[in-house]
Amino acid sequence: MLLIRCPYCETERPELEFTYAGEAHIARPNDPSKLTDDQWKTHLFIRSNSRGTHFERWRHQHGCGRFFNAVRDTVSDKFAMTYKAGLPRPTETELEEARS
Amino acid sequence: MSKYRISAKGRVDQRKPVRFTFNGARYVGFKGDTLASALLANGVHLIGRSFKYHRPRGFLSAGSEEPNALVGTDRGPGRFEPNTRATVLEVFDGLSTTSQNHWPSLKHDIGAVNDALYMLFSAGFYYKTFMWPKSFWNRVYEPFIRGAAGLGKSPTTPDADTYASRFAHCDVLVVGSGPAGLAAALEAGKSGARVILVDEQAEVGGSLLSETDASINGMSGWQWLDEARASLAGMKNVTVLTRTTAIGYYHQNLVGLCQRLTDHLANPPKNAPRERLWKVRARQVVLAQGAIEKPLVFDGNDRPGVMLAGSARSYLNRYGVKVGDRPVIVTSHDSAWLTAFDLAEAGIKVVAIIDIRRLVPSHLVARAEALGIETLAGWTVTGTSGRLRVASVRAKRVSRNGIIGPPRKLACDALLMSGGWTPSVHLFSHTKGKLDWNEDGQMFVPGESTEESRCAGAGNGNFGLVAALAEGAAAGASAATDAGFPAAVTSYKVDGDVQLTGVNNRELPTDRNASKAKAFVDFQNDVTAKDIRLAVREGFKSIEHIKRYTTTGMATDQGKTSNINGLVIASDAVNRPAPSIGLTTFRPPYTPTTFGAFAGYNRGELFEVTRKTPIDGWAEERQAVFEPVSLWRRARYFPRTGETMHAAVARECKAVRESVGMFDASTLGKIEIVGPDAAEFMNRMYTNPWTKLASGRCRYGVLLGEDGFIRDDGVIGRMSSDRFHVTTTTSGAPRVLAMMEDYLQTEWPDLKVWLTSITEQWSVIALQGPNSRKLLEPLVEGIDLSDEAFPHMSVAEGQVCGVPMRLFRMSFTGERGYEVNVPARYGRAVWEKLFEAGQAYSVTPYGTETMHVLRAEKGFIIVGQDTDGTLTPDDAGLGWAIGAAKADFVGKRSLTRPDMLKQDRKQLVGLLTSDPNTVLEEGAQIVLDPNQPLPMKMVGHVTSSYWSAALGRSIALAVVEGGRKREGQTVHIPMPDRTVVARITGTVFYDPENQRLSA
Repeated sequence: MLLIRCPYCETERPELEFTYAGEAHIARPNDPSKLTDDQWKTHLFIRSNSRGTHFERWRHQHGCGRFFNAVRDTVSDKFAMTYKAGLPRPTETELEEARS
Repeated sequence: MSKYRISAKGRVDQRKPVRFTFNGARYVGFKGDTLASALLANGVHLIGRSFKYHRPRGFLSAGSEEPNALVGTDRGPGRFEPNTRATVLEVFDGLSTTSQNHWPSLKHDIGAVNDALYMLFSAGFYYKTFMWPKSFWNRVYEPFIRGAAGLGKSPTTPDADTYASRFAHCDVLVVGSGPAGLAAALEAGKSGARVILVDEQAEVGGSLLSETDASINGMSGWQWLDEARASLAGMKNVTVLTRTTAIGYYHQNLVGLCQRLTDHLANPPKNAPRERLWKVRARQVVLAQGAIEKPLVFDGNDRPGVMLAGSARSYLNRYGVKVGDRPVIVTSHDSAWLTAFDLAEAGIKVVAIIDIRRLVPSHLVARAEALGIETLAGWTVTGTSGRLRVASVRAKRVSRNGIIGPPRKLACDALLMSGGWTPSVHLFSHTKGKLDWNEDGQMFVPGESTEESRCAGAGNGNFGLVAALAEGAAAGASAATDAGFPAAVTSYKVDGDVQLTGVNNRELPTDRNASKAKAFVDFQNDVTAKDIRLAVREGFKSIEHIKRYTTTGMATDQGKTSNINGLVIASDAVNRPAPSIGLTTFRPPYTPTTFGAFAGYNRGELFEVTRKTPIDGWAEERQAVFEPVSLWRRARYFPRTGETMHAAVARECKAVRESVGMFDASTLGKIEIVGPDAAEFMNRMYTNPWTKLASGRCRYGVLLGEDGFIRDDGVIGRMSSDRFHVTTTTSGAPRVLAMMEDYLQTEWPDLKVWLTSITEQWSVIALQGPNSRKLLEPLVEGIDLSDEAFPHMSVAEGQVCGVPMRLFRMSFTGERGYEVNVPARYGRAVWEKLFEAGQAYSVTPYGTETMHVLRAEKGFIIVGQDTDGTLTPDDAGLGWAIGAAKADFVGKRSLTRPDMLKQDRKQLVGLLTSDPNTVLEEGAQIVLDPNQPLPMKMVGHVTSSYWSAALGRSIALAVVEGGRKREGQTVHIPMPDRTVVARITGTVFYDPENQRLSA
């Protein structure tokens, strides 16, 4: 069972308190009606499904209830870092720092 | 004293006899015996029949790796367990055990005919033998396979025991209490770290319990063990758990332990749990699991009396039991020589040591000769004899050029074998730790770890007492240090430790026809060396495929004794090095674990929570029939004495339509949406427009996913300009709130809106029927209930029976209706008052079944029953609920995707059967032409179907491709016994003009 650090509670808690919420940094377009069918399809369904580093969302469902972002390795399942919703995707350097 | 017990040896308490039975026969063992050691002490080697060939089998091992000796144990009613390993089962007074997998008896088993028909049961025989004719599949083959399959007999009654579970945290968890584990625990314990030491056996010690030749710090192994145990017991920061198996190693050093608490007791304390599952989160883990001995692979290596040499040594030194009077040793590893020496020194005539190697360390040969043991170095075993017990061994000399010379037949009553040792890397592998192939030792050893863990001793591929103690101490000290408790490394002085060598083998060389040899690799699944070679010839090259085709390494022992032999033979057959074929995946649990331990407290009523409304008790007192709706239990109907469900529901429906009914709607999900941007938030979430909804008015809202499909619905009241009282479906409430939170927190954090679940804060009593207003009005204060002041779809705050109320005028039945929301703590009291006041109108409590019928008569959908995640609002006939003028809402963009605009989408329609008495089955498929060839084109299915008392006939809702355009057409619903004919209609069966709402 994973331990996940909630960036709002600033504490590491067992996975049981959290729910997964899909890939991160996929913002809902401000005006979806401006998107072509193809663009909307991509927004709705196409995900990176990456092997290795994955930016994803979690919710501290049974804690503070906040959604936040996380970087997890999909092979090892290890979290590199978690950060608050709305913050930009961490850079490679920041990730390297978090991993070491 | 039993014939095979040696009085001066062993750790069992020979002053404390224990009486038990095996297959009805009475035996006596001693406290400290396992079932295996106690039976062996009585000369019993035949313990069961093998799975496929029903060959007689004995004890292969003395530990948890045992593949053969599986028995049924009976501890009284509800306490039968199959497949218990006799080698780990501790005997106690009154223990009753039985052998498995034979008929009519263990000694005479009809199934043994399979042994003669072995050609039929080669690798993959399931796929080859049960092919033709097709008509046999269901009637002949499946019953045969089901009858023959499975180990042991499943218990037939519920488990009478209870099970406990516990979380724990520690700094250092040490798995295995052999010399390496003990040294690690001592070091970590001395540092002050919180230590948990676990071992699956009844006492700590591991190999020290069985191997008695070396001394530590000038003490015998057992003396040192006593001292170590006392030291650990004196440390308050150390917890030692015996009879506790580390079953799985999960992420971030979470280790699952199963502790067996009462199985070894003749009279367990009343209400004591049988087992306890621990979930231990450790800062650091030390794995000292030791090693498991490998069998040798030769014809007849499975007869009772053929046993691993190290296990025979355990039986002798630990239990004081000799496994035979005239044992022969066959080995390719030095360790079996030590068994021979211990046996000879205990006064047992060791007939010969056959060693596959031509060159054996000279000190071993010299010692054997001094003890009068014949040594045959450079010899092989080509067969054994003896039906229910090994009687002789056939040995041949092996030269560089092959097998030469006449065979020697050595009479014996036990054959003790060793093919070397396999480090137990199971837990390490659970963590996806990388395994390295050690070519010299022909073994996989732990490589790079993915967790905060270390391996030590034989489990790390480093054999011998010196290595175990040194690595264990180092691992314990560094684990403690890394956990924040600096520790020093103690060094140990060891005398008499023999550095052991050996070689690994495929099948032993033989001069006989290898295609007839029954040289077993996997004893539990009856997989022979030739099965593995056949699988390779048939094209299976990966060990994962070979495993599944031959079944090697499967079942309860998970290949603990067979995996490496299977791999080495497969690698030879494929002609590629072993590591390139790979190793099958180790998965938890390490040994079979009871379902009870996993379930723990979560069984029966505690399996999951049952949510009850404040009015639930009232329904229970009136013998309501309940049904589960997500986690809630809801009253389904209120039968009168002797009344059927059909009659009760018809009566409840009639009462609502003709007078008034009461319904506990408290389970409805309720969310309060508050804030200056509440209306904007509602506009963005729901399909409907909300800006112009006046305070005090309600609207039916539809919630979509971003994909455009209906997710939820419910009536929403606007309490004030900045406050909405949202209702959701009963089971959808948590999902809807999570979805709203998601959008609010991450897409529109600028909106000033707060969401609060109020499901459990309000009790909801629905009053439905023409007399509902008359019933309610006298009890209400602060709200004018006249139709002019409070029309359909109004909401207002006031008081009922003197308590605060939010009153909705709404209807899920088509009748005039009110939903009385009161604070939950008043729910039952208000319900009872309304019920009392309602007697004047014969008020009738009704349940969910009646609610379903009434709403279906009106064509009101239930999300999740009439929709299935593929229906748009238009598909469900709810196109009117879309705020066409709104620029955006969740799911809007998807409604114009090309597939959403197709004419043949499934649409919700009504169905009326041509025979009004036929009630369709929900879920039944619909076709247009019943005479078309199979498989028929299915155009939809029935979603809701009931008997309608109001209409005196059956009604149904269905989704049908292009359904609305087919109104009036006939469709067919094929059922197993007949085809039902029905006509497509609109979805509103009752009062299409909605006149009843104000009646």
